[in-house]
Amino acid sequence: MLEIRDLHVKFHTRDREAVAGVSLTIHDGEIVGLVGESGSGKSVTAMSVAGLLPRKRCAYSGQILLDGVELLHADRAALRKIQGKSIGVVFQEPQSCMDPLMKIGRQVEEVLCLHTDLGPEERKGLALDALAAVELPDPAAVYEKYPHELSGGMLQRAMIAAAIVIRPRLLLLDEPTTALDVTVQAQILDLLKKLNRESGISMLFISHNLNVVRRLCARAAVMQRGVLVEEGDIGQIFYHPRHPYTQRLIAAIPTRGRKEESL
Amino acid sequence: MKYAAKRIAMLLLTMVIVSFLAFAAFSLISGNTAEILLGTQATPERVAALERELGLDRPLLARYAGWLLGFFTGDLGTSFSYKQPVWELIAPKAAVTLCLSALSFLLIVAVSIPLGVRSARQAGGRLDGVWTALDQLCMAVPPFFTGILLSWLFSTVLRWFVHGNFPDLRADFPGALKYLFFAAVSLAIPRAAMTVRMLRSTILREMRKDYVRTAISRGNDRGGVLYRHVLKNALVPVVTFLAQTMAEIVAGGIVVEQVFAIPGLGRMLVASISNRDYPVVQAIVVILAFWVVLAGTAADLINQRIDPRLRLGGGS
Amino acid sequence: MKRMNGYLKAGLVLTGLLAAVIVLGYFWTPYDPTAMAVGPKLDAPSLAHLMGTDNFGRDIFSRVLKGAGTTFAIAVSTVAIGAVCGTAVGAVTGYFGGAADEILMRLNDALTAFPSILLALVIISILGPGKKYNVVLALGLVFIPSFARVTRTAFAALRDVNYVKSVRLMGASRARILVVHILPNTMSVLLPALTIGFNNAVLAEASMSYLGIGATPPDASLGYMLSEAQGMFTMAPWYALGTGLMIVLLVFGVGLIGEGLQRRGNEVA
Repeated sequence: MLEIRDLHVKFHTRDREAVAGVSLTIHDGEIVGLVGESGSGKSVTAMSVAGLLPRKRCAYSGQILLDGVELLHADRAALRKIQGKSIGVVFQEPQSCMDPLMKIGRQVEEVLCLHTDLGPEERKGLALDALAAVELPDPAAVYEKYPHELSGGMLQRAMIAAAIVIRPRLLLLDEPTTALDVTVQAQILDLLKKLNRESGISMLFISHNLNVVRRLCARAAVMQRGVLVEEGDIGQIFYHPRHPYTQRLIAAIPTRGRKEESL
Repeated sequence: MKYAAKRIAMLLLTMVIVSFLAFAAFSLISGNTAEILLGTQATPERVAALERELGLDRPLLARYAGWLLGFFTGDLGTSFSYKQPVWELIAPKAAVTLCLSALSFLLIVAVSIPLGVRSARQAGGRLDGVWTALDQLCMAVPPFFTGILLSWLFSTVLRWFVHGNFPDLRADFPGALKYLFFAAVSLAIPRAAMTVRMLRSTILREMRKDYVRTAISRGNDRGGVLYRHVLKNALVPVVTFLAQTMAEIVAGGIVVEQVFAIPGLGRMLVASISNRDYPVVQAIVVILAFWVVLAGTAADLINQRIDPRLRLGGGS
Repeated sequence: MKRMNGYLKAGLVLTGLLAAVIVLGYFWTPYDPTAMAVGPKLDAPSLAHLMGTDNFGRDIFSRVLKGAGTTFAIAVSTVAIGAVCGTAVGAVTGYFGGAADEILMRLNDALTAFPSILLALVIISILGPGKKYNVVLALGLVFIPSFARVTRTAFAALRDVNYVKSVRLMGASRARILVVHILPNTMSVLLPALTIGFNNAVLAEASMSYLGIGATPPDASLGYMLSEAQGMFTMAPWYALGTGLMIVLLVFGVGLIGEGLQRRGNEVA
C-alpha cells in the first residue's frame, strides 16, 4: 500500500545525508514500527511521507508511492489533496500541535472541511463519532473545549480523532506517546491497536523506544544514521537481533517493567 | 464575565492612581496658585484669603477627592487665563481631538493589517530588504514634518482645506473630517509602519510553531494556514500594540494639532502650559491619560475574547 | 564575532556619516549660523549655500548643522539618563523581586498611561518651560520606565540560569553578579532598546521644541527650526525640507541599526 523506494534526503545545512537510501513497504492493515535514536533519520522519513519536507532547504531523491501514486515529487496542489485525506499524522507534543485558539471540535472537523463537501451537521456527527472512537468520555463536551482545558493524554486522543475522522489509508504516528506519562502511554497504545483491528487502518509508528514498538507492531525496522540496519518480524528483531546497533537498543531497555526513556 | 468585571475594577483603580499622580504633581507646583492669580503686588493677607476661597488650605487628599468628584460632575474649576469654567472650555476641544485620534487609528488599522500580512507572506523574498528599509524610513518621518508638507500641498497648493480655518464640528462635520484627515494621515504614517513591522514579526514567529505543521499535514494551503490559524494567534500581541498606538496617537496629536492649527486638546494644553494655567493643564492631562487607560482596558477585553486562555483570570 | 547584516552596515554607515558631520558642526560651520545676511535673503540652494538661506539671509545648512548638534546632544544625554537609571532599576527589581519590585512595577504601569510627550510636557510645566536642561531632565525621566521594563525582564530571566547560580555559589558579590555576569548578557535586548530610545528622544525633543516648549533660541534645535520654516514654506521650502530631512535621516540611520541588531539577535537565539 505504501512503498518507499531508495529515499535520500539531504539538508543543505548538513554534510551528512539525513536519510541515505531507505526502502520500506507497508501492507494493508499493517502496523510497522520505525525505531532509532534521535538524528537517525526516522522522523525525516516520516515527514517525507507526510509531504512535510521543507523542499527548498533540502535535496531529495527516490520514490514514495501511496497506492501507486508518487508523493515525493508531486506538486504542492496534488500533495494537498492527499495530506489529511489519505494520510493522517499525529505528532509528538499534542499541546503545541493543536491550535490553542480553536475548539477541539473544529480542529477535528478541519480535515472534513478541506477534503469533503459535507454540511456542518454531518461534519459534527462524524467528529463526535471520531471523538467517541478514541474513547474520550463525553465527546459532546470535549467538542466544545479548547486545547488548554484538556490533559495531555486526552489531547493526544483528540489528535488521533482528528487524524482518523476522514478514515485515511495511512496513519503516521511520530513519537505519539513520548511526551505522555507511562500509564497514559499504555492506554494510547491499546487504543491504536483497537483502531487498527476495527477499521483496518495501516500505521507507520515512529519511536525511539523499541519496547513501545514491540507492544504495538508486528513488523519493525531499525534505523541508524540514515540507513535501515535491520528489518523484519518484531519477535525476530527483539529476541534475535542481528545488527549490533539493535542489540544495543535492546540492551538499553530496563529488563523489568516497561520504563520509558531508554536512550 | 467575571474577568471583565475584575478588569473594569482594575481600570477604575488605575484611573484613580493616574489622576492622583497628576493632581499631586500639579499641587506641588501650584502651591503658589493664589500668588499667580493675584500677581506680584499681592499682600500675604490677600493671598491667604484667596487660598481659603479656592479651598487651597485644605489637605491634599480632601482637595483631590473634591476635584475627582468635580471631574465626573462637570466642575473642574475655573481657568486662570480665560476666566471660564474649565469644563466648558475643554469639552468642544475634546470632541475634536477624539475625532482626530479615532480617524488616525482607523487609518492605521486599515493600512497596516493588510500590509503586515503581505510583508510576512513575502518574508525572505527578493524585495524583502527594500520593503523593510522603506518601512524603517516611514517610521523615521516625524508627524509634524509630514504635517508641514501635507498642509502645504493640500492647503496652499491644492486648496482642499483652508489652513487655520477649522470648520465647526457640529455645523459642518464632513468638512471638519476632511480637515482632520490630513492631520490623521501624518500621525498615522510612522505608527502604521511600526504596526506592519510588529505584525510581520508576530506572524513569522507563529509560523514556526508546531500547530502550523499540523495544519499543513491536514492539507491546508499557505492561505488556509494563515487565515484559519496563524492570523488569529498573531492578533493578541497586535491588539495590545494597537492600544499603545492609541497612546502614541494622543501624544503625537498634541504636536500635529499645532501643525494644522486644529483647535483640540493638544493645542489648548500647549497654550496652557505656556500660560501656567494649571487647572486646564491638569484636566487635559487627566483626560488624555484616561483615554489611554481605556484603550488598554478595551484591548485586554478584546484579547480575552480572542484567546480563551486569558479568561482564566490573572492578567495578560 | 557575530556577523554584520545589511541593515546594520547601512545603518552604521549612515549614522557614522551624520555623526561626523554633526560633530564637525560643533567646531566649524560654513557660516555663522546666527549671523544675518551672509547671503541674499530666501536664496535657493546653491554651491555657496547648500540648503539656501532664510528670510534673514542666514545660511540654512549651517543652522541645520548647529540645530542637529543640539538635538543630538539632548537625545544622547536623555537616553544616557534613561538607560543608566532604567537599567539600575530594572536590574535591582528584576534580580531581587519582592515588594520593591511590585511597587515599582505598579508605578511603572501607571506611568505608561501618560504617553511620553505628554509626561515630558507635564514635567516641563512643573520645572518651568523653555530651558534646555529641563528638557533633558524631563525626557530623561520619561525614558526611565521603558528601560526599566526591558532590563527587568532580562535580569529576571537570567537570575535563575545555571551559570549565574554557579557564580553565586562561588561567592561572588551581588553587585559583581549583576554588573559582570548578567549585564553583558542583556546586551541583545539593551542595544536595540537604546536605538529605539534614541529615536524616541530625537522625535520627542524635536516635537517639544517645535511646540516652543523645548530648547529655544539661541539653542535652536531642529524642531524649533521646523516651526520657523513652516511659516515661510511657500517662500523657502528648502528650509523645512533641509531641516526635516536631517531628522528623518538621523532617525532612519539609527532605526536601521536597531533593525540589524534585532535580526542578529534573532539569528543567534
